[in-house]
Amino acid sequence: MDKLPLTTLRTPFTNQRPQSNYLRAVLAIAWKDLAAELRSRELLSSMLVFSLLVILIFYFALELDVKAREGITAGALWVTFAFAGTLGLNRSMAVEKDRGCLDGLLLAPVDRSAIYFGKAISNLAFMLIVEAVVLPVYSVMYNINLFNLGLIGVTLLGSVGYIAVGTLLAAMSVQTRTRDVLLPILLFPLVIPVLVAAVKASSGFLLALEMSEILPWLNILIVYDVIFIAVAFMVFDYVVEE
Amino acid sequence: MIEVKKLVKRFGMKAVLRGVDFQVEPGEFVALLGPNGAGKTTFLRILSSLSRPSMGLVKVAGFALPAHSASVRQRLGVVSHMPLLYGDLTAEENLQFYGRIYNIPALNERISEVLDMVGLATRRRDMVRTFSRGMQQRLAIGRAVLHDPDVMLFDEPYTGLDQDASEMLDGVLKNVAAVGRTVVMTSHDLARAEELATRFDILSRGVIAASATHAELGNSNLLTFYKQALAG
Repeated sequence: MDKLPLTTLRTPFTNQRPQSNYLRAVLAIAWKDLAAELRSRELLSSMLVFSLLVILIFYFALELDVKAREGITAGALWVTFAFAGTLGLNRSMAVEKDRGCLDGLLLAPVDRSAIYFGKAISNLAFMLIVEAVVLPVYSVMYNINLFNLGLIGVTLLGSVGYIAVGTLLAAMSVQTRTRDVLLPILLFPLVIPVLVAAVKASSGFLLALEMSEILPWLNILIVYDVIFIAVAFMVFDYVVEE
Repeated sequence: MIEVKKLVKRFGMKAVLRGVDFQVEPGEFVALLGPNGAGKTTFLRILSSLSRPSMGLVKVAGFALPAHSASVRQRLGVVSHMPLLYGDLTAEENLQFYGRIYNIPALNERISEVLDMVGLATRRRDMVRTFSRGMQQRLAIGRAVLHDPDVMLFDEPYTGLDQDASEMLDGVLKNVAAVGRTVVMTSHDLARAEELATRFDILSRGVIAASATHAELGNSNLLTFYKQALAG
């Protein structure tokens, strides 16, 4: 080993170094999570199986007529998304912590908020994939048309808010021994506004209410998303530091 | 290259480091030795900006911590007993990931060079989870030198390695140091430290209890020096 031509590896000491590119680091972290998940399929399969089981349980537990089904659809969907999302959030940070890879990320010469945004993008992608499977399955099982642009928009806004808070709290809870229990305990009280607004707005679109009745809930979702992304950007460095 | 003055680190009421003074010149290979719980890992975590000092001055490559931590991290390579690698990615993909984060130019050529160096060129497209512990540790060193750091920190790099893997790691470590990098390594393996390092610092009860170069050790061996430092 010690006879390898290593001198080519070393440039003279210099203060001129390529500056890390923030956006490139964010995308690299997201790419890494997606590529690893594509191989292992651990996270997505557990989220998907869990989600499908939840809507199946709702289906058998609540024997509802057509009118009642329309009334509970938004609530049932968001309960499913929220619980499945928690599984994904926990796992995505636990993978980093268990192999010490979180230290590898923290050693990167970029602002640590890049780690937050990279993880948030991959977490959001996983959640959207689960939603893209759950919505048509639910639609067929409950015989309700969910192919509604408004509903898709609300799903996107709600998911962004949920992941914005969830990624930050997952980074906090993963440092503790009780991380599996701690994350939902911290997360659910904080996402009540986003869940309530998402359920109300989704219901509004499914029941074809006037836009003026839905708009306040959409505004809440947008404001919530912006505030929590900004808060996470500011505090993530302190959250992950020892 | 590394300058530490009166460094204190407390966890709650407990002080793990109680006023460490430590200096490393460019190109030195320092073995930081000490019993379990002496604070070696905490000290390296502070040098690598993973932990904040409670008090004291810490400068790495001319940059103060924690104020200029990103500049320090740009010039720092860290290897611990955990490989910091992703099992579901190949060796090449792991290096591509870290290379993108460090924004390394001509990344593919650099990856080939580094994989050659650590003897894993033929396994570049294999998943890291299929690697032995020794191979993972060699790839971890490849990851750490990918951005051509000036300072390298090794925290117990031999933990969990068998004899063959340890000997192979010896060769890689010699190569890493031979090209002018400044190296600080913690270890419990005195024989290995004596073979690799140019200076030995003993950390005991949160302070540097003794320090000596190879020349200063003279006829005395490292074990005697170590025992005397701990007894004193």
